[in-house]
Amino acid sequence: MPTTPDTPSALGSPARRSEGREKVTGAARYAAEHTPPGCAYAWPVPATIARGRVTSVDTAPATAVPGVIGVLTPYDAPRLGAADDPTLRLLQDLSVPHRGWYVALAVADTLEGARAAAATVRVTYETDPHDVILSVDHQRAYTPEEANGGHPAHREQGDPDAALAAAPVRIDCAYAVAPLHNHPMEPHSATADWDEERHHLTVHDSSQGAGPVRTALAALLKLTDEDVTVVSEHVGGGFGCKGTPRPHVVLAAMASRRYGRPVKLALPRNHLPATVGHRAPTLHRIRLGARTDGTLTALTHEVTTHTSRVREFVEQAAVPARVMYAVPDMRTIHRAVALDVPTPSWMRAPGEAPGMYALESAMDELAETLGIDPIELRVRNEPRTEPDSGLPFSSRHLVECLREGAERFGWADCREPRRQGPHLIGSGVAAATYPVLVAPSTARAHALPDGGYLVEINATDIGTGARTVLAQVAADALRVPLDRVSVAIGHTGLPAASLAGGSSGTGSWGWAVHDACTALTARLERHHGPLPTVGLSASADTTQSAKQKSPYSRHAFGAHFAEVRVDTITGEVRARRMLGVFAAGRILNPLTARSQFKGGMVMGLGMALTEHSTMDAEFGDFAESDLAAYHVPAHADVPTIEAHWIDEHDKHLNPMGSKGIGEIGIVGTAAAIGNAFCHATGHRLRELPLTPDRVLTALGGAG
Amino acid sequence: MAARERNPLRQQQAAPPSAPGPVHSRVALRVNGRSHVLDLDNRVTLLDALRERLDLTGSKKGCDHGQCGACTVLVDGRRANSCLLLAVTLDDSEIVTVEGLAAPDGALSPLQQAFLDHDAFQCGYCTPGQLCSAVGVLREAAAGHPSHVTGADAPADTARPVVLSAEEIAERLSGNLCRCGAYNGIAEAVAACAAAGTPDRTPPPTPDVIA
Repeated sequence: MPTTPDTPSALGSPARRSEGREKVTGAARYAAEHTPPGCAYAWPVPATIARGRVTSVDTAPATAVPGVIGVLTPYDAPRLGAADDPTLRLLQDLSVPHRGWYVALAVADTLEGARAAAATVRVTYETDPHDVILSVDHQRAYTPEEANGGHPAHREQGDPDAALAAAPVRIDCAYAVAPLHNHPMEPHSATADWDEERHHLTVHDSSQGAGPVRTALAALLKLTDEDVTVVSEHVGGGFGCKGTPRPHVVLAAMASRRYGRPVKLALPRNHLPATVGHRAPTLHRIRLGARTDGTLTALTHEVTTHTSRVREFVEQAAVPARVMYAVPDMRTIHRAVALDVPTPSWMRAPGEAPGMYALESAMDELAETLGIDPIELRVRNEPRTEPDSGLPFSSRHLVECLREGAERFGWADCREPRRQGPHLIGSGVAAATYPVLVAPSTARAHALPDGGYLVEINATDIGTGARTVLAQVAADALRVPLDRVSVAIGHTGLPAASLAGGSSGTGSWGWAVHDACTALTARLERHHGPLPTVGLSASADTTQSAKQKSPYSRHAFGAHFAEVRVDTITGEVRARRMLGVFAAGRILNPLTARSQFKGGMVMGLGMALTEHSTMDAEFGDFAESDLAAYHVPAHADVPTIEAHWIDEHDKHLNPMGSKGIGEIGIVGTAAAIGNAFCHATGHRLRELPLTPDRVLTALGGAG
Repeated sequence: MAARERNPLRQQQAAPPSAPGPVHSRVALRVNGRSHVLDLDNRVTLLDALRERLDLTGSKKGCDHGQCGACTVLVDGRRANSCLLLAVTLDDSEIVTVEGLAAPDGALSPLQQAFLDHDAFQCGYCTPGQLCSAVGVLREAAAGHPSHVTGADAPADTARPVVLSAEEIAERLSGNLCRCGAYNGIAEAVAACAAAGTPDRTPPPTPDVIA
């Protein structure tokens, strides 16, 4: 990217977060922190049966609560228009597809009033038998056409069964990953304000993309897109569960329109598991065939997962096997069972996170069986082209990540497990991968008469540092210092852009910002004399370039290393050291990038050791529904984590040369920890997380 | 769309009996050095009073059950989960929220600056709680309060300050969850302030009253 000699490149510099001051002073306002005059409060009522239908709703006690404005029920709620997503068809009919499905909404002058009113709403039901438990041999398991992300559910090359039968060394293992919850720190919240006179709806929503929220609300409320403004200025995390419009925003908008008042709705934490998506449980069977030198000859990865009866979502956990290793005979297949459970959805690295846990555990088991170093086993199976598509990689530096990681971690020195008193200590390694995704976006850049520049794009900063990195992209394209650029995001009044998901934000938005700023630079070069009072502007639309199918397989890669300490008395597993080395194109901001890598690794640590949810067979409920029961890692769980990257120059990505970095940190972390546990104890646990009960059972079982 | 069904209980809703109204109390809240006299529903938590009545939205609601720490504020100099306190019980208490950590001229406190320097947050939602909690941690350690990891050989007289090792900081901040996983940056920021011995400008804790 051209820069004038006196303007150092902004990209690649560790610029601090541009909204940092607002966040450390409490000035940054999130969706529920707008209180328009006359604002009312809403509290939803979840269904208490796992399947059936509502037969009556007694709202009399609720409406008798002083300050209550009304209670919406399936009998009287406004009729909604078409919804692409059936989970948004709220209060439209009497059916209850799963426990926690909303069956009423109390609206009152105060938060306390709304909560009290919701608690008094009496709902009667007719119950149907329910089925909420996934099993690998479930009678209703089917192979869908596609898994999430548009991936074919089933791919097959060669004859994996024959190749397995002929393989001198075979691994055949089953792994299980429990349901997981995103639990961003900010619960889903919206403040909706319907202005009857202006025929306009203004919504502050905690969303990873204000654009899709506007589209959904307009369709549901039978308005035009122009009638709706959605603002997502500051968002308290998302990790996928704010990637699509969620029930809270629809309920808030419905209530505001019905009652003619602004309505604020912040979901109670324990409603989240049933209403905003979750990572579906995945049951894996992996079979590997290899020659005695470690060369893979066959691979099958079969995934069984659940979806809901409301909307199909199939976690694409067998997809990473299509990318990772050179195997001539391979089958990857997903099977799903539609159960009476909440609808699963995106959670950080859907597919890759659980899929690579299973695959990288199996590779470790193969290395152990063969007596080959697990790094060497991976190096020996490095493919020249993407195994599934046959496409060349735009860049692939997995081996370099493994080598650099081994060096930094001191891998050679920790190949012997150790015992210190009651503690067993071991180390593990695993690979990581995440695809490069890109979506069309538009942006506008203004040169202002005061010498400043304003970049406008409806991008979303859910904690990634989007504002900051987009300013860096703009500064370089404009060839001006970073402090001259301001960035406006998170508002549907800005040029349309893709949502913050699939690690695609920086690449997609940055591309549009780069193009707009490059066009503005050209305009400024042609302009003579002072700028007009309105300044000069230029726009860009990357629809053509971003939609072009790449002739390359484009992925980020990485290597995780972990050292764990297993307490043989308490069964507690603690990570003592964690290291990730990544190859993710050009790192545009080393400060915020490192935070994202490490943040992903912390979530991977949770997946490995503490996080799991249990579907209660009797009630159809997630038993761990709040932060006291569902254990996300806390300060004391997290060791010093190192994240590094290797220089990677890839011309086949976008003008910045970047790959997405928001999700790869979680991919492979749990496998590295599980492999370290096995190294430490000699016991392989094939079900996450590695909780003391499982650990003690395994250790005790050994006598 | 099928014809709308009738709620069989519709008739019963015609004349709802009126329930007794909520009990209100007058309370004087002192927040960040300013007094606010409020007429509050007794059910209002300190967190909701701050956010919904005083427009001090810096304190965050992450769980409303004392499980996440996002609502941490300082009450009479001690850190507390404001979602677990009823506002009416805090008449005459001195409350400091994240909005009260910077100097009146806007200069950031050392902890706030350290959070920026160490990239100790991503989404920022847990940040106000982490900051208020960290103020408490620095004070508690300075006052010699032991933690679970301080060890049996810690001085019993509590007068001697506890050295804030990485382990101490992590332990003492474990009531503040961060889903973005910025824990390392937060711990580094707190360690930097502990090492510098930087005083904060929030009011000191009220002395314990021992009966």
